[in-house]
Amino acid sequence: MGEELARDPNVLLMGEEIGKFEGSYKITEGLLTEFGKKRVVDTPIAEEGFVGLAIGAAMLGLRPVVEIMTINFILVAIDQIVNHASKIHYMFGGQARVPMVVRTPSGGVGQLAATHSQSFENWFAYCPGLKVIAPSTPYDAKGLLRAAIRDDDPVIFIESLALYETKGEVPEGDDYVLPIGMAEVKRQGTDITVVAYSRMTVVAMQVAQQLEQEGISVEVVDLRSLRPLDRTTIVESVKKTNRAVVIEEDWYSYGIGAEIAATIQEQAFDYLDAPVLRVAGIEVPLPYAAKLSQASKPGAQDLEECDLTACSKGGKRWQK
Amino acid sequence: MAKSTKSQEVDVAENGRPALTGEDPAQLRDYYYNMLLLRRFEERAGEMYTKAKIGGYCHLNLGEEATIVGLMAALTPDDYIFTNYREHGYIIARGIEPGPVMAELFGKETGVSRGRGGSMHLFDAKAHFMGGYAIVGGQVPLATGAAYALRYQERPGVVLCQVGDATTNIGAWYESLNLAALWDLPVLFFIVNNGFGMGTTVAEGSSEPDLWKKGSAFRIHGEQVDGTDVIEVRDTVKRLRERAEKEHKPAILDVTSFRFRGHSVIDPDRYRDQDEVKRERARQDPIPTVRQAAHRRPHRRRGLAEGDRRPGSSRRSRRRSTSPRRAPTRRSKTYLTLCTPRPCRTHPAAPRRSRWPSRWGAR
Repeated sequence: MGEELARDPNVLLMGEEIGKFEGSYKITEGLLTEFGKKRVVDTPIAEEGFVGLAIGAAMLGLRPVVEIMTINFILVAIDQIVNHASKIHYMFGGQARVPMVVRTPSGGVGQLAATHSQSFENWFAYCPGLKVIAPSTPYDAKGLLRAAIRDDDPVIFIESLALYETKGEVPEGDDYVLPIGMAEVKRQGTDITVVAYSRMTVVAMQVAQQLEQEGISVEVVDLRSLRPLDRTTIVESVKKTNRAVVIEEDWYSYGIGAEIAATIQEQAFDYLDAPVLRVAGIEVPLPYAAKLSQASKPGAQDLEECDLTACSKGGKRWQK
Repeated sequence: MAKSTKSQEVDVAENGRPALTGEDPAQLRDYYYNMLLLRRFEERAGEMYTKAKIGGYCHLNLGEEATIVGLMAALTPDDYIFTNYREHGYIIARGIEPGPVMAELFGKETGVSRGRGGSMHLFDAKAHFMGGYAIVGGQVPLATGAAYALRYQERPGVVLCQVGDATTNIGAWYESLNLAALWDLPVLFFIVNNGFGMGTTVAEGSSEPDLWKKGSAFRIHGEQVDGTDVIEVRDTVKRLRERAEKEHKPAILDVTSFRFRGHSVIDPDRYRDQDEVKRERARQDPIPTVRQAAHRRPHRRRGLAEGDRRPGSSRRSRRRSTSPRRAPTRRSKTYLTLCTPRPCRTHPAAPRRSRWPSRWGAR
């Protein structure tokens, strides 16, 4: 973000506690000192107000990068995002653009309880006019965030609380930009395709490693973008492996996996040896108690079981 | 939070309406032309809706002509405008030709939003007319953001955010007021107060029915303005606009007017007493006063009776509102030169025996 702030004077950051407090998760640490109050703006607690403000400012040429502290709070601003940001370019006959980025961490961590642990990326992946990105590695995150900031359309950039501490290879001094709308096969395999995004990609990679020892070759497709969705990469992979499992942190019904499963059966029906299975959150408001909270969220164990089910002959429908 | 303080006493005519003396007649004629254009356009739009040429919703500005024309007379080309869905009059008064506006209502590619927006989503980038929003209060944070951009980029101009009276009850309104005051943004919150949010009166919706006071929680200055007085609207907007541009202070204008018809074309308006509506339409119609003042001439022998129709005027406006602008016809050229010392032979009140040479020969 610092690099983009330095590169383009129209870029500015906006959000609660991002300046003086240096970000509730320290993502914007040091930026206020470096760039000043005009470029790093601390907002009052008014998501609908400041997201709408960012959209209006974007219409006049600014490129705001708005932080929503966690995706749970995005709901108060959803009217501005869905009814304005995503539609302004189209319904005004192409006369205006909204080059705004909304960054927000999704998924629960620890015992944050029901209203602080949700995943709503599918609500935005649903909307024409928005782009939704969900990287899983530091390299992808940097390249895609750059792409998002430089994109002239509104982008929802999904981060993950649990991934903030991850370390990974990122080239220094390289102004690389990754294309929005392209998935990546993070691990080649032949027996089963696991489709994932964000934190679940990391889980999928771990499980793939384990299953390797049991003789199952898992191909992991990291979506990186939820909208546009790279259906080609997903379908090509399933045509190769003939089995698919989706792992997602959001709730089972009507989640991202539902769209993936529908796509696969539409475009690769004859290639499937088993139904497309989904590993997702249990459909309850997330309970506080540690054991309950853990049991409600999808984990490595669940994915492993599901993969094995899919790989067994005539895999049955599996649900936790 | 003072009410509007007028720099001079406003002349009031016999019917209780502003007499508009002391204003430049040429200027008044321009206002009259535009107000009549809006009136005729909106009447025609209503008609087209009933003929199914216009679909969806259609909200008309009938009765609000003075508010709109006065407002636009005060704004500059640098300013940006955000409105709600009752916006046909605003984009036309801002300078966009009626043809493309009606085309948009008809859903044509030649419309201002290329047929993608419709009645509620008109837009013109060059005129800084930023839409046209159908979610009540949705435009308020957007307008506040546009003002933010003006300050960020150190550009001249202010943002005009038009809303209805009922909009002042929704959350986005309050959050925007807070941000505008907190960050010193050059935005004017222009409440078109026709007393109703659909069928709900102001008092039924707002615990504080004096809407100009609603800025006090945010230390935002507010004033009430008579929306049927085109000059008062213009002068108040001018003053508060300058204050916003120079001092970066937002303001609220509570502009009272009367909604002639129902909420939209399909609203049978059963929640209002129709006798009272008829009376108020006659009493609060802003056009007759402006017409009278616009044609006030020092040497006339007979004054115009109130409500008198000039034979040329309405027809000309009607023609213009439904077809692309054409070169003025000979008749309309005549009309425009009326009050320069040349008589119009078609007007009944024109002097029959004039000191000035008639272009059609002596009468």
